[in-house]
Order: sequence, then C-alpha cells, then structure tokens
Amino acid sequence: MILSVFITIFLAGCDSRYLILNPQGAVAQKEYQLIIFSIILCAIVVIPVLGLLVYIVLRYRDKPGNKAPYRPDWDDSKRLEFIWWGIPIIIIGILGFATARTTYDLVDPPEKDVKPLTIEVTSLDWKWLFQYPDQDIATVNYVEIPKDVPVQFVLTSDAPMNSFWVPELGGQLYTMPGMAMGLWLQADHKGEYFGSGANFTGEGFAHMNFKVKSTSTKEFNQWVKQVKETAPALTKADYNSLAKQGLSLEKSYSTIPKGLFQEIVIKNGGQYYSQHHHMKNEDMKTMNVASDEQTHTQHEHQEGGK
Amino acid sequence: MWLLMNKHIHSTSTRKEENKLLDKLKDFSSRFFVTGEPMIYGADVAILLTLAGIIFVLTYLKKWKWLWREWLTTVDHKKIGIMYMLSSLLMLFRGGVDALLMRIQLAFPQWHFLDSNHYNEIFTTHGTIMILFMAMPLMFAFFNIVVPLQIGARDVAYPFLNAVSFWLFFFGAMLFNLSFVIGGSPDAGWLSYPPLSGMQFSPGPGQDFYIWGIQISGIGSLASGINFIMTILKMRAPGMKLMHMPLFTWSVLASCIIIIFAFPVLTVTLALLFIDRFFDGHLFTMTGGGNPMMYINLIWMWGHPEVYIVVLPAFGIFSEIVATFSQKKIFGYKSMVFSMMIISVLSYFTWVHHFFTMGAGANVNVFFAITTMAIGIPTGVKVFNWLFTMFRGRIQMTQPMLWTIAFIPCFVVGGATGVMLSAAPADYQYHNSYFLVAHFHQVLIGGVVFGFFAGLYYWWPKMFGFKLNDRLGKWAFWTWNIGFYVCFMPQYALGFMGMTRRIYTYDFDMGWGPLNVISTVGAFFMGIGFIFQAWQILHGIKYGERDVTGDPWNGRTLEWSIPSPPPHYNFAVIPTVTGQDAWWTIKEERKKKKAKETAAFSPIHMPKNSGIPFIMAVFWFIAGFGLTFHWVWMAIFGLTGVGACLLARSFQYNSDYYIPVDEIRHTEDSVGRVG
Repeated sequence: MILSVFITIFLAGCDSRYLILNPQGAVAQKEYQLIIFSIILCAIVVIPVLGLLVYIVLRYRDKPGNKAPYRPDWDDSKRLEFIWWGIPIIIIGILGFATARTTYDLVDPPEKDVKPLTIEVTSLDWKWLFQYPDQDIATVNYVEIPKDVPVQFVLTSDAPMNSFWVPELGGQLYTMPGMAMGLWLQADHKGEYFGSGANFTGEGFAHMNFKVKSTSTKEFNQWVKQVKETAPALTKADYNSLAKQGLSLEKSYSTIPKGLFQEIVIKNGGQYYSQHHHMKNEDMKTMNVASDEQTHTQHEHQEGGK
Repeated sequence: MWLLMNKHIHSTSTRKEENKLLDKLKDFSSRFFVTGEPMIYGADVAILLTLAGIIFVLTYLKKWKWLWREWLTTVDHKKIGIMYMLSSLLMLFRGGVDALLMRIQLAFPQWHFLDSNHYNEIFTTHGTIMILFMAMPLMFAFFNIVVPLQIGARDVAYPFLNAVSFWLFFFGAMLFNLSFVIGGSPDAGWLSYPPLSGMQFSPGPGQDFYIWGIQISGIGSLASGINFIMTILKMRAPGMKLMHMPLFTWSVLASCIIIIFAFPVLTVTLALLFIDRFFDGHLFTMTGGGNPMMYINLIWMWGHPEVYIVVLPAFGIFSEIVATFSQKKIFGYKSMVFSMMIISVLSYFTWVHHFFTMGAGANVNVFFAITTMAIGIPTGVKVFNWLFTMFRGRIQMTQPMLWTIAFIPCFVVGGATGVMLSAAPADYQYHNSYFLVAHFHQVLIGGVVFGFFAGLYYWWPKMFGFKLNDRLGKWAFWTWNIGFYVCFMPQYALGFMGMTRRIYTYDFDMGWGPLNVISTVGAFFMGIGFIFQAWQILHGIKYGERDVTGDPWNGRTLEWSIPSPPPHYNFAVIPTVTGQDAWWTIKEERKKKKAKETAAFSPIHMPKNSGIPFIMAVFWFIAGFGLTFHWVWMAIFGLTGVGACLLARSFQYNSDYYIPVDEIRHTEDSVGRVG
C-alpha cells in the first residue's frame, strides 16, 4: 500500500506542479539528482524489509496446523547480525559520499565562465525586497533574472528570520538579520517560477510569495531599462514604510539609496557579527561582494548623474 | 484581505485612556482574558462547567478525602503512572483537536475557518502539547508503571521526588493550557525561535506562558530522569545483572541518560530567552552583540535528543511485545542493547540537521549529514532484530502485536525519508516543507504513538486488572492506520509541490487543494480512531474481561509474576533472578518441579504519602503565573512557597513505615496468592 502511494507520487512527479521534481536550473538539478539517488538507496533497504515482514507475519502465525518451524530459544546468529550491520553501513557510506560531494559542489557558482549577477534580498514583514546593485534598480515581491547566468542572491532580513526558497531553481537558505549570506541559483530556461518564504515569521507569513521571472539576457536588459525609465525612485522614506508590518503588491524602483543593503545589515547587528566571528571565507566573500558592488554602484550612479 | 489584516495590526495598539479606574479595569480584563472568538467563549463555558461538574460529583459522593489520600498525596509509582497516563490522554485530546482545526483550515485554498493569528497559535500549541505534554508524560507513565515491576522493586529510588516530578509536569501543563483562555496562546512555533519570540515581535504573555509552562514541567522531567537511572542501577532484584534486564528497562536507562544531559540545556535556553524578554537582555538579538543562531543551536541540542528520549522507550515496548507474542526469546539481545546505547550517544551529534539551511558552511553540513545518516544504522538493526524475533516464532495477533506490526512498515518508511532528509543539499529543498512535516509525523506517530498505544494495550490488564475489548480495538486500529496514511502520504507529495509548513492559507493556482482535502479526511479518521479508544476504555471498565491470573499474555518478565493490579508493595517476596526473561524461567522451573513454594514473608519497608509535592507544585504554578504576567510580587510569593515546602520536607524525619507480615498475608490471601 505504502509502495503504491510512493509510486503514485513518483509518477505524478512528471507533473510540473511537483516543483522539486521539475528542476529548471543547474542547482536544482544537482539537488534533484541527489534526491533520486537517495530514494533508490533507501529503496534497496526498505523494499526487502517490507517483503520480509509480510512473509514472516504470514508464515509464522500462531494457527493450529502451521507447519513452519518453531524455535523458541533461537535468539542469536553472528552471520545475520553481520549482514544487517554491514549492509546499512555500506549504503550510508555511499550516500554520505554523494552528499558530501554535492554539498561542496553547491558552494561554487553553477557556471564559472559567465559573469554572475548579484541580487541583494531582504526579507521584511511580510514582503521581499530585491535590490540589483549593478543595475541600481529594486523590486518588491518579484524578481527578474536572465537565463543561463549564475545569480548570487545575497540574503539578509530586516524582520524575523525567514528562508528564501525558489524550489524549481534550487534549495533554500535562511535570511537572517545582521548577516549577509550568498546563495547561488541559475535558470536554464525562460519561465516563471514560484518563490516563497519558508520560515515562519508571524501573521502575514503565508502571503510572502514572490515570482521569479527568467528571460533572455536581451529581454532582461530591456526590462532593466524600462524600470529605470518608468518606475519611481526608492527613497529612504519609501524603504522605512516598506519595512513596516503589512503586505505589499509587486513594485519596481528605478534607483536605490546608496548603501541601503549594507545599512540594513549593519543596523541589525552586522558590525557585531563581523567583530565577534572571524567570518568564514564564504561570508567574507559575500560581504565583500556586497560592498564592492556598493562602491561600484556608487560609481555608476555618479556617472549617471553626469 | 491584506487591508483587513493591516487594520487588525493597528487596532492592537490600543490607545490609553485617562486613568479612570473603570477604564483601567476594562483595559486590563480585555488583555487578561482572551476575547473576540466564539470558540474561546465556548471553551470558557466548557471549562467552567467541567470544573463545576467535578466539584459537584466529588462533594456529592464525599470523595474529597479519598482524592487527597489516595491520589494527590500518593508516592506509589503505579498510581503516579496512572495519573501521568490520564493527563497525557487528556492532552492528546487537546492536541488532536488542535490538529483537526488546522486540517479544516487547510482543506481548501483561501478558506476562512481560522484567521492567521488563531492558526499560528494552534500550530504552536499543537506541537508543544504533543511533544512535551502528551508524549513525555505518556512515556513517564510507562517508566513508572513498568520499570519497578520489571526489575523486581517495590518502588522507585526516590518516591517523594517522583511525586514532585508528576505534579510539576501537571501544573506546568495546566499553566501552558491556561494561555488558551487567559492572556493568549504563544504563536511563534513550538520551538519559539527569536527574534520572533522576543519582546519586539511577541509582546503578549503567550511566550511567557510557553517558557514557564515548559520550565516547570521540565524540572520534573529532569528529576524523573535521575530517579529512574538510580532506580535501574540500584534497585534491581538480587541476581539481575545489567545484561539480564528486560529490554524495556534498558530503553528507559538509555532514554534517562539522554534526559539528564539534554534537559538542562532546555532549561538554560528558555531561561536565557526569559532574560531577553524580562530583563531586556540581548542574548539572542544581533543588535546587542547576541545571536539568534545561538538559540536555534541550543534549543535543538535539546530538541533532537528529545526525539530519541521519546522513541527509545517505544523501541523498548516493541521489544517486549514482539518477544511475548512471538512466544520466542528476543533475537540479538546484545545487539539490541548495544544499538540503543549507540543511539543515546549519537543523538547528541545530529542537532544541526534541523537547520542545514542556516549557512553554517559545507564542512559543518557534511559532518552533521553523516552523523545523522549514521544514527539510521543502529535503528535499522533493531528493525531486523524484531523481524527475526518473529521469524521461527508463533505470532499471536493480539492488540499490542497489531500495533507493533503496523509500526514496522510505518517506521521503516519514516526512517527512509529521514535518511533522505539528512542528505544536506536535498534538505535545502525539503526544509520547512510538508515533506518534513510528513516525515516527523510518520516517525513520531508511527514510532512513538503506535509504540505507546501498543504499550497501553499490553500493560493495561496489569494496571487495571481487565483487558480492553478486541472488536473495538480493531476498529480503533484500522481507523488510526488508514487515517494515518491517508493524512500523511499526501503531505510528502505536497512537500514536493513546494508547500511550506505553518502557512494558514494558500492560493488556488498552486494545485495543492485536492491533496489537502485528502489529508484532512485522513486526520478525521485518526480522530475517529481516538473516539473508539475512549469508548473501548469506558466499555472495558464496565464489561472488560477480568484478569485473575496476573499473567494474561503468558509473559516473560517479572511484572507478570504478580497479581493484576499489583498490591501497593508489588512483590510480597522479592524474586531472585538468574538470567534474562526471569518470569519465563521461573514458570519453566515450576513446570518441572510441580511444587509450590512456601512464601516466608517479612515486614516490608515503604515510603509514606506526602502532600508536599502537590502543594509545592501549586506554588510553582503561582510563581509561573506571576512571571508570565511579569507580576514580581506574585512570583516572589510563589517561589517563597516553593522554598518553604523544600524546608518543610527537609525537617520531615518520619517519612517511612513497615507493612506488618499479617497485613501482607491478608492482602496476598485476598488475591489467591497464598497456598
């Protein structure tokens, strides 16, 4: 019965509504492969055990006339014990190896030859703010990315901790106040993907969904241009009202205040984080990325001013 | 929709009126009592009626003295066990109602049965109650009822402390449940992560109810852990070496070892959270140089071992039942003991798998992924040993055995999804999704709840002297099992569809509707199963088959060697043990000799009842209530009372007595045990 349920789920997996089983980018693809691999390895143990259970329960029922052997004092077998300590150890060894490989693999960008795009993500109560430091634009509750370009999402929060998750593009990472952490994602196709906050943050949590739209690089550049031309600027005051508790519709902004993202991180205790913790390489990298891009943006901004 | 919500948020910051007394009182009571929900008013009325009913019945039947003498002041491990059991079944009912309310709300997209705040409170209390006030006390019920009987002891090592443990649990649970009608329930999740659970985002008393409800009962749990380690190490019958102990007793030892290391972590963590809330500390906020990640690490350093605390005794129960009803010795006893001990150690080294997505870095994630997978090995070995206990046995399909057989596939699949979750990069996709929800319900219901049900059916005749009806039991069994799969299998699929936990509603276009409806139907099936069980108990009280032998299942361990229910001193004569399955061996020898042993009684040393544990727990309750509302005077009053009780106890010298031989002979005679 359980098996049939699993098989149903599995066949249903072809359905595109099963977001995790429908990977649309290199990161999600690697995670998907590990998921399938772990299912197969588990099945190697689970299926024989279930079969054995059915066999034993049917054969050794206490019924009159049951001719199956009855050995009430048989309680030890070194050989059997060896088998069922040994097989799981081997399987766990294999799965452990695969897990380690994928874990280290996901630290690096999915594509090394293409210049990555950086998007700074802030989870607010109860909405998402996306800032594009290179393009100097910002959006709320939707994010547009070019396909085939690795995107470094730099995550923080100006509200209780949340988690940034776009299942079709890859797994999630927490957004935490006072910290900035990097998550690589990449889309292989054009399309619209479902994104959500995955860690509970209170009253409006269920409404913290956002749309990820992946387009060609050309369309992406056009979109950036369009936002620059048509959308209003994001001011500090705008940000402060965004940061208040409440929901928001999708929004776009043509410019962002200088150093807003870093300010958010520092405001929530970022300075203590870097003082107390000798930041690990990755974190350092992302922070540097963030600050580099900030100066870069500043530069660009000045140029734009001329 | 969202406009409405914003309005609601603004309305909570009520404007303060001029300091007129009446307005002040109104303002106070509107914050003190939970208002505005018809369901809450319903609960208020129900609680008042139940209380009035209980008081009336006790007065009418003149049972107040009996209640005080026989139950509230008792130090008898069997009675304490029964009280644990009754309270945990009550909590199972409340947690179950919470679950059904949630499932109704989630059954359809954009459904308006509960609003967000109410839903958040309900999933928070559901989790907290089911783990801390249902699973834990039901587990302690088995510790209390079974362990002394299995090891041939007359009580636990510290009977007084045992009563203290129970009453602390009971009043802690009451304090927590009170939040439903007074002050408002906690709503930051069952582990209350800061900053969400801090003063800034949760200003009401709900979080403090959470902290003090758990703190007070947590002290009781820690004391029980110490108590049962000492009981098992020091109170075994002569001749019972450690490697002769029944496997349930072994599992209790393993579980208690985890308790004494894990519960202090919980106490400290919640104390730190309270410091943040009450003294405006910054231990868990970044802005003061603290760190919320610390809380998450600390709470899971308790939280993960906690899972093994409750599941190991379930493993012990299955081991007893499998051997008894396969009419065969347990297979691989040494391997079983060894695997439990490995689990109890490894359980401390897996906590990070609850937050692989925190960004701790690849090295950390890989380490904890592999330790987590490793804990699957000894667990899997236990499954094989149970299977091979049945192999070449003669399996009797009794109610306890049915639950045991249902447990195996359920737990194996739940364990497999656990291994899937432990692969860190895969967990990035499962984390906080319904896949996770389905997994932990499968191991906790399939492992712990099925195990404890099996234990209830198994030891019920020992506790109460009658069996539970088979037909009703089968109905309960099938509704529970079918309900379980119908409820939770779709949730794995919902996880794959990207549905995250703790959302109170979802949109039509996600396609999550159909599976959620199915899941809700399954949940109601389990609810019906619970009703069958309640019916079964009531039916059993009236018509249940009486157990006059004391050994209704042809058992193997010492608890079956004495009458059901056992006399309050348990063993008239302490048996001498020569190996595993002590009672089985005695029965075999009796068959050979066919001679009845003449019992030479000697006076039995027993502890006296005491009202202090109950009174002390009441003072703890008062202190907890004061701390919850930040009323310092009340907290000081309560804690002074606690201190006074401790003092009173330390000057109590006359705390034990001897049962004379005549009385023992009389009691044994009345159950037909003296030739």
